[in-house]
Amino acid sequence: MTRLFLALIGLFLAAPVAIIAGVSLNAQQSLVFPPNGVSLRWYAAIATQADWRNALLTSVSIAAFAAALAVAIALPIAYALWRRTTVVGRVVQLLGVSPFVLPPVITALGALAFWSTAGFYGSSFTVVVSHAIFFTSLPLVTLTLGFSSIDREIVEAARTMGADERAVRRTILAPMIRPYLVSGFAFAFVLSLNEYIIAYMTVGFTMETVPIKIFNALRYGYTPVMASISVLFVALAALVFGLVARFGDLPKLLGAWERR
Amino acid sequence: MSAAPSRPSGGQAALVFPGLMLGAFFVVPFGLMIAVSFFQRVQGGFYEPVLTGANYARFLSLFFGEILLFSLGLSALVALVCLLVGAPFTYLLTRLSRRAQVPWLVALLAILSLSEVIIGFSWSTLLSRTAGVSNLLVALGLMASPAAFTPSFAAVLLGMTYQALPYCVLVLYPSFSRLDPSLGEAAQTLGASPARAFLTVILPALRGALAATFVVVFVFALGSYLLPQLLGRPQHWTLSVLITDQAIYQSNMPFAAAMAVFLVLASLLLVSLAALFGAKRAGGAA
Repeated sequence: MTRLFLALIGLFLAAPVAIIAGVSLNAQQSLVFPPNGVSLRWYAAIATQADWRNALLTSVSIAAFAAALAVAIALPIAYALWRRTTVVGRVVQLLGVSPFVLPPVITALGALAFWSTAGFYGSSFTVVVSHAIFFTSLPLVTLTLGFSSIDREIVEAARTMGADERAVRRTILAPMIRPYLVSGFAFAFVLSLNEYIIAYMTVGFTMETVPIKIFNALRYGYTPVMASISVLFVALAALVFGLVARFGDLPKLLGAWERR
Repeated sequence: MSAAPSRPSGGQAALVFPGLMLGAFFVVPFGLMIAVSFFQRVQGGFYEPVLTGANYARFLSLFFGEILLFSLGLSALVALVCLLVGAPFTYLLTRLSRRAQVPWLVALLAILSLSEVIIGFSWSTLLSRTAGVSNLLVALGLMASPAAFTPSFAAVLLGMTYQALPYCVLVLYPSFSRLDPSLGEAAQTLGASPARAFLTVILPALRGALAATFVVVFVFALGSYLLPQLLGRPQHWTLSVLITDQAIYQSNMPFAAAMAVFLVLASLLLVSLAALFGAKRAGGAA
């Protein structure tokens, strides 16, 4: 009974991915399922077709910069709040979490109004900044959790032994925070990679990210590359979160208690 | 505790950079969006700073009222379906060993992070005539000929549920996994079936978390901006879709901004409702 229910949910979650995986294997330029012949040519096409390759490279570089900036914004907030909870700290934390809680269209429209008014509409850095702001809440959540898991007595001990704040940060905080930093980066990276609407409203007319390219292909002409690159994205997300789980404690990161 | 702070700021100086970034690139754009909602549209351009209430007046018509109601109704339905499926699923998931939970969590995160474009594309393929499930049903002899199930309301509902279910489960996950396992065991020792124990003991114990999750998933579904467009007909378009359409294709940013303000107000109202449930729950636990 339990098994059956879990299997049904698993089937529901896997079905769309299974279909596009099947479609991506078509030997001809068609999107039929079951596939007409089996070939991996549409996976090769991601690398060989310049437009898809460029879209992938664009997406990956935006995501890498945006995730790094998101971490750079989130880390000081989590650190300051760990040192002392102040009203200002709480306000900045709230600002860091808000964009992600609100519907994404809001951030997208705000970004469109802002960047066009400022005269930077379409510049490649705008999407990096807006993504970083939108995804700040992810590293913020993991880092806040990381700081809260630090035993303050260790820090006290270090101070008693004469360590200054710098030494504390370097020898205690940095190594203990690193896994949370990496997972925060990973979350922001994968989500930025997949984000469509903010990218579309900032650089939609000047650059093509993978989601933008898939959307355009949906409107102006299907190609099996849409399917193969979607499968690649699913695999990439699974790989990243799998690594987070391998080197960290995923259940704990998602809110389960430490013990058991 | 802070007996020997080497600097009087106590680490508060660290807040300057994030404060400036969030101020410049979240607060200012957000404020600008509100301002633009009161400005006049310029054909072919973006807007000019002439005050007008026309954007709001236009929204307060029957047509847009119906869209607002449809968006709220659809999102509530998605949240309800997610909760009905997600609550028992999360319960069973948290009863598994931690090792066995990890692949599920990885899969849920991977689907949650999937682009709405990809979700829309895969569901429209899954429900299409040429590549969809109907071919499977024909092969099994359950249907005479393959058929397309999209665009339709059911397709929109299915796609949005698919998108929101992982989110719902991950929001429920902390409460369910922190629940004392002896609670369900006690009920079963006293003779309740597992299903009965779940319904009469577990769910009531978590009603605060369930109510809060309902609202949070509701807001999440309200943000879906592509699936109604990719899987539905124009009458299934939601507020988020319409905002995108006005901003990009009709290049009417002031009107898009006015609708966005409504969306923010609706979301904030719902989120504060969720916070209220959360506070009640915390109070009850103490």
